[in-house]
Amino acid sequence: MPKSLISIHDLAKEEMLHILDLAAQFEQNPASSLLNDKVIATIFFEPSTRTRLSFETAANRLGARVIGFSETGSTSVTKGESLKDTIKMVSHYADLIVIRHPLDGSARYASEVSSVPIVNAGDGTNQHPSQTLLDMYSILKTQQSLDGLQLTMVGDLKYGRTVHSLLQAMALFDTRFIFVAPPELAMPSEYKQFLHHRNLIFKESRDLLPHIPDTDILYMTRVQAERFQDPMEYEKVKNVYALTASMLQPCKPNLKILHPLPRVNEIATDVDDTPQAYYFEQARNGVYTRMAIIAFLLGLK
Amino acid sequence: MNMDTDKKLKVSAIKDGTVIDRIPPQSLFKVIEILGLDQTGHQITFGTNLESKHLGKKAIIKIADSFFEDEDVNRIALIAPDAKFNVIRNYEVVEKRQVEIPDQIRGIARCVNPKCITNHQNVETRFTTKKERGGISLVCHYCEKLTNAKSLQIITKSSAYTTDF
Ligand SMILES: [Zn+2]
Repeated sequence: MPKSLISIHDLAKEEMLHILDLAAQFEQNPASSLLNDKVIATIFFEPSTRTRLSFETAANRLGARVIGFSETGSTSVTKGESLKDTIKMVSHYADLIVIRHPLDGSARYASEVSSVPIVNAGDGTNQHPSQTLLDMYSILKTQQSLDGLQLTMVGDLKYGRTVHSLLQAMALFDTRFIFVAPPELAMPSEYKQFLHHRNLIFKESRDLLPHIPDTDILYMTRVQAERFQDPMEYEKVKNVYALTASMLQPCKPNLKILHPLPRVNEIATDVDDTPQAYYFEQARNGVYTRMAIIAFLLGLK
Repeated sequence: MNMDTDKKLKVSAIKDGTVIDRIPPQSLFKVIEILGLDQTGHQITFGTNLESKHLGKKAIIKIADSFFEDEDVNRIALIAPDAKFNVIRNYEVVEKRQVEIPDQIRGIARCVNPKCITNHQNVETRFTTKKERGGISLVCHYCEKLTNAKSLQIITKSSAYTTDF
């Protein structure tokens, strides 16, 4: 079976660091002809324009040709074709497949029936490992190290796939975690136990402000209305953790704010002009990280 | 418990075969199903809600002229972790086998996550087992979600999956 990237758990710490190192090399030298005889397929069973454009930009910058679809409307999938059959077919056309699919576990299954590497670009609510790696690349790039940092996670910590994966990846390093969320969206106990087993320090809090002065990375997430049974509950908490520029005084000079985007109202636009805002650069880092992932899986770097 | 009366009580009916003991009563019919005993032509007798020192109440199954591989024995670990397989030859218990929880389980249980690929397409379920206070729980190889003992569902042939996508 070719090497695929399905879950952040598939990567050893050394492999993660290797990918981040490659990403830095691609950032230094973003035009490459490494893949000019290769075809990359991006098959998106549900739309995600941001992720698809990022992967396709990465493939193009590596010199590859890109094929695929961005939703299933005009494909044989709507005629009832199984995921297995789609993957079997596409793996005869492409050298690597980037897949996004609404069902949990779909990417793992795809990797078991594919003859070429699979990159999981989101399988339902389960994993999205390239997001985690680009978050880590952004942390490393802005802090020069992944060790000894305070990572403050804010917002929807219960359902947020990106925070769970990032937590597990950063648990490989010496990280202090602060979880800021309303009780309805608190970090699930399985992740707290996971940190506990690794002797890592974490603290839970309902208030963001007291934690800003000690934070190195402030990881904001979107609080989504559909997570709440009672719409009144959503109204109560939706703006509780909205970050404004005035809240960033005082803060450490190295503090950076990350957000997986798109944001709604959890970061006020006056934050965009502060030196702490990093979420747009974070998105650009995604391209270098995805170049690194593709090159790594194809064994070219 | 006195070994001699115990032996006579359960075993007297079978000359050769297997007695499965210490089954939780609520798991009796699931055990029958998992081991495919509903398909067998051999003589089967079972009793349920019998007194048990270990479980309070228990069920037992006696199957004539049938013997089980370790793999079969361990297949019922999820729903009857304390079960014992007594191998009977010529009215005597010649071997006692304890159920062992396998590290990996394939195709027996259903994933509790309704959005899991295994519940939508023709994909055999696969889990790693995890021992916890409340019993055994399963981590899905595909969706990575946890199925605990309480929400455990055993797959029957007719309900394996529904096709969409
Ligand atoms: Zn599953």
